[in-house]
Amino acid sequence: MEALLATGIGTLVAAGLWLILQARSFSVVLGLTLLSYGANLFIFAAGRLAPVAAPLALPGAARLADALPQALVLTAIVISFGMTAYLVALALRAMAETGTDHVDGREDGP
Amino acid sequence: MDLPGLAFAILALFIGAGAVPLLARFGRAIAAWAAAATLAVAALPLLPLASGALDGVVVVQRIAWLPEWGLDLAFRFDGLGLLFAILILGIGQLVVLYAAYYMPREDGLGRLFGLLLAFAGGMLGVVLAENLLLLVLFWEITSVASFLLIAYKHDATEARIAARMALAVTGGGGLALLAGVLLLGRMAGSYALTEVLAAGDLIRADPLYPVALVLVLLGAFTKSAQFPFHFWLPNAMAAPTPVSAYLHSATMVKAGVFLLARMYPALSGTDLWFALVSGTGAVTLAYGAYVALLKHDLKGLLAYSTISHLGLITLLFGLETPLSAVAAVFHIINHAIFKASLFMAAGIIDHECGTRDMRRINGLARFMPVTAGLGIVAAGSMAGVPLLNGFLSKEMFFTEAVAQPALAGYAYVLPAFATIAGILSVAYSARFVHDVFFNGAPVNLPRTPHEAPPWMLAPVGVLVALCLVVGLLPQLSIGALLHAASTATIGNEPPAYTLAIWHGFNLPLVMSLAALAGGLLWYRFRHFLYDLHERYAPNLSSPAAFERVFNAAAAGARWLLARLDSVSLHRYLTLLLVSTLGLAGFAWHSASPSPLAGPLPPTPADPLAYGALAALVFGALGCAFWHRQRPVAIIFASVVGLIVSLVFIRFSAPDLAMTQLSVEVVTIVLLLLSLRFLPAETAPRRRPGRAGLNAILAIAGGAGVAALAYAMLTRPFETISGWFAANAVEGGGGTNVVNVILVDFRGFDTLGEVAVLALAALGAHALLDGLRMQPQVPGPDRPGDRHPIMLAMLMRPLLPLALVVAFHILLRGHNLPGGGFIAGLITGVVLVLQYLAVGIDVTETRLRIDHVRLFAAGLGIAAATGFASMAFGLPFLTGTHGYLGIPLVGPVHLASALVFDLGIYLVVVATVLMVLTALGRLSQRELAPGRAG
Repeated sequence: MEALLATGIGTLVAAGLWLILQARSFSVVLGLTLLSYGANLFIFAAGRLAPVAAPLALPGAARLADALPQALVLTAIVISFGMTAYLVALALRAMAETGTDHVDGREDGP
Repeated sequence: MDLPGLAFAILALFIGAGAVPLLARFGRAIAAWAAAATLAVAALPLLPLASGALDGVVVVQRIAWLPEWGLDLAFRFDGLGLLFAILILGIGQLVVLYAAYYMPREDGLGRLFGLLLAFAGGMLGVVLAENLLLLVLFWEITSVASFLLIAYKHDATEARIAARMALAVTGGGGLALLAGVLLLGRMAGSYALTEVLAAGDLIRADPLYPVALVLVLLGAFTKSAQFPFHFWLPNAMAAPTPVSAYLHSATMVKAGVFLLARMYPALSGTDLWFALVSGTGAVTLAYGAYVALLKHDLKGLLAYSTISHLGLITLLFGLETPLSAVAAVFHIINHAIFKASLFMAAGIIDHECGTRDMRRINGLARFMPVTAGLGIVAAGSMAGVPLLNGFLSKEMFFTEAVAQPALAGYAYVLPAFATIAGILSVAYSARFVHDVFFNGAPVNLPRTPHEAPPWMLAPVGVLVALCLVVGLLPQLSIGALLHAASTATIGNEPPAYTLAIWHGFNLPLVMSLAALAGGLLWYRFRHFLYDLHERYAPNLSSPAAFERVFNAAAAGARWLLARLDSVSLHRYLTLLLVSTLGLAGFAWHSASPSPLAGPLPPTPADPLAYGALAALVFGALGCAFWHRQRPVAIIFASVVGLIVSLVFIRFSAPDLAMTQLSVEVVTIVLLLLSLRFLPAETAPRRRPGRAGLNAILAIAGGAGVAALAYAMLTRPFETISGWFAANAVEGGGGTNVVNVILVDFRGFDTLGEVAVLALAALGAHALLDGLRMQPQVPGPDRPGDRHPIMLAMLMRPLLPLALVVAFHILLRGHNLPGGGFIAGLITGVVLVLQYLAVGIDVTETRLRIDHVRLFAAGLGIAAATGFASMAFGLPFLTGTHGYLGIPLVGPVHLASALVFDLGIYLVVVATVLMVLTALGRLSQRELAPGRAG
């Protein structure tokens, strides 16, 4: 199971890096989305895989999943939504101002 | 706070620096009086301490500032401080009076006096600082003030270049000084001057002593214009003459030699000190004196003579005889007096003649006899003519030169050198007197010179009178001050010396007479020397060399910037990734070898997990592979999002799964909306060769993270979550530990996070507000398709139902999966669906939600919960909970965190709505459809 999750995270990071290296605003947004999936899973995995019980402190619950990484990841998911929204707005604004969706704002850029 | 007197004196000057420019609007006279009053007020707190300082009492006053960094606002008042305070405040008064008459009528004087007072504050800070770091701070203030004053006539290019040069040289020296002071502080264990001075033996024995010494000397030499850093001073003559008289003769350039005096007990007494200090001083003394005679510009002559005299003072500090430091201090006083008066006289001459060229200014004694008289006396002091103060300190210099232990057996070298330096200084002094005041008639002057007004002559008169008084009655006039300042410099009682005009017929007197005769002879044959100089002297120009170095440095910086700042995201990312991978590889390589897999036994994988991984990899790779077909790529990305939610469910994180799912929906809508205005397909790459590099970087990065994740997952760890789980019910009043962490234990973090969210949404809104774009994708052909009727009908019952569900999720979040974030996202999703069903306008007229107010309400509620606990005397955001009895329903468990969660809920809803409507409005404002792509 650990190897599978690690492979998944690695694939997400690789795909995300590839996309942000494309230097087009929309690809960068997609790439960052994939990267945040990978990062969130990584942080989540820091609590180790616990197919035991949700972190609910109910009476009688013996072993709970690690709540701390979950709390971290929960806000990270929401914040990454905010970041995606801002980047999309930025991409549109840049498109309107420069007429290109190249992240450097010019087609003839390096 | 009880403000100590020394700090008050400095503060008064800075307050004056701010106030005088404001007062200047009421007239020049007001500005001058205010500046003079400020200098007087600054002197007041020093007066009661003066008699003590003359008796050798050292007063230290301290205000703790940053004690953990060893930086205190500590000030010290001793004989040396007293001497310099008198120079700064006393000559400052004279300069103010002089400047009020010297500066042109149209100059309001506010800026000049403001800057002069700021400089005086910095300079007084330097001489009164007890803390070495504080000294460096004030040192830099004098550099900056000097920069601004040199560039006073800022519309003149040469003034700006001169100011920049002075700042670069003295500011660079200041940096070296800072480094030196840091080293000294480490050696002595303190930055307090008292302790550093007492730790002289420790410092001299330290292996880093040479480094610290060179750094401190760099600071002193640049400030005091020692060769080869002297070149900024002649250029600084671009400043108005009152500034030259004050900063560049009497005070600022003295800061360097002051530093030598201040650090004398801590640093002097080694061969290195002797070689560096006296060597530099000797070269500067001779070079300055030689060049001074060649200058035709009146102020240029004085500037080089100042360099030469500063060299003399430095040389004296470097000598090993105990009395040479006394001679140095004495010459600081004398030089300040006669040089300030000479600059003022030069200013008067410039003012009256309209030029400073000594080839044209001749025979002024007939036109302005008083100025001539004063100038001749002051120049006589500069030359070391008997009965004037300059003679006394020069005589002391000759005495010490004779007394200095022989340099490698050549006992006559130093006395001979001293005599030659004396000859040169007599020669340029003679030129100042003879060329300007005699030597025939003026040549083609722009205006006819007249005697200056009495009040302009008064400051010169005062200083020249001092030359005479000190020269005639040295012990009576200056004895006590000199003794106190020398004691403070050396660190203990100086050896016995007598201040007298007549010491009997001895070798120093012969040297003096030889210098006078030789100097006059040298001047007599100056034209022969000019010719020689013209013909053979190498054309070395320090300012030009400085400009070359300066421009080369600037060009280098531009080149480096162009290399690094390529304005290309791709290049930045590549650099970032390559260096990250390089560092990670280095860490991996250099760490002790350990297997990738840790000791934890692997969890068995089930077929479902393989299926999920396959879907995840398919989605991620598909998104990367088909990223040019953007709608397709979005679908692949959403597949990934769904799988990630499933992973969260599988590993016991229901809150995360719900959050991820709802965020996924909103994100996809957002991306699809944006696609209308972005090219539907990515343009082909311009440099196909990049693909290989990109692929390598991406795969390497992914492999690295995968390895890291695997290594982490297979190793045991200690979690701190146990505390949260154990205290969730009792401390936070909820069983859902994740939610309790978010809204209670780490509530302050969450408050910051929702604030960031609100900022992101507002930023997106601001970027898109009023933007008009051309759609890149043609709109639907049939307008009827915009809002499908089925969806509209479905939404009518669904909307209230979904809102109730969201509310339920919000309420239960403290105990069961849910909470403000999830409820907010669900509400957002529902409202987005409503927008899709009936359109933005209809929805908004019905809902009447002002997003900004929603933000304000959400953040306000969240913050108010925090402050509410403060009202009960508890820290910000302390949670409380209890049971509320409601009839029929029974006891209901309520936690204050719920109110906080409500705030989060509102912010999340507002974020989703604001972002999506900002995008949706774009479609309403779109320009006529043009070509796609």
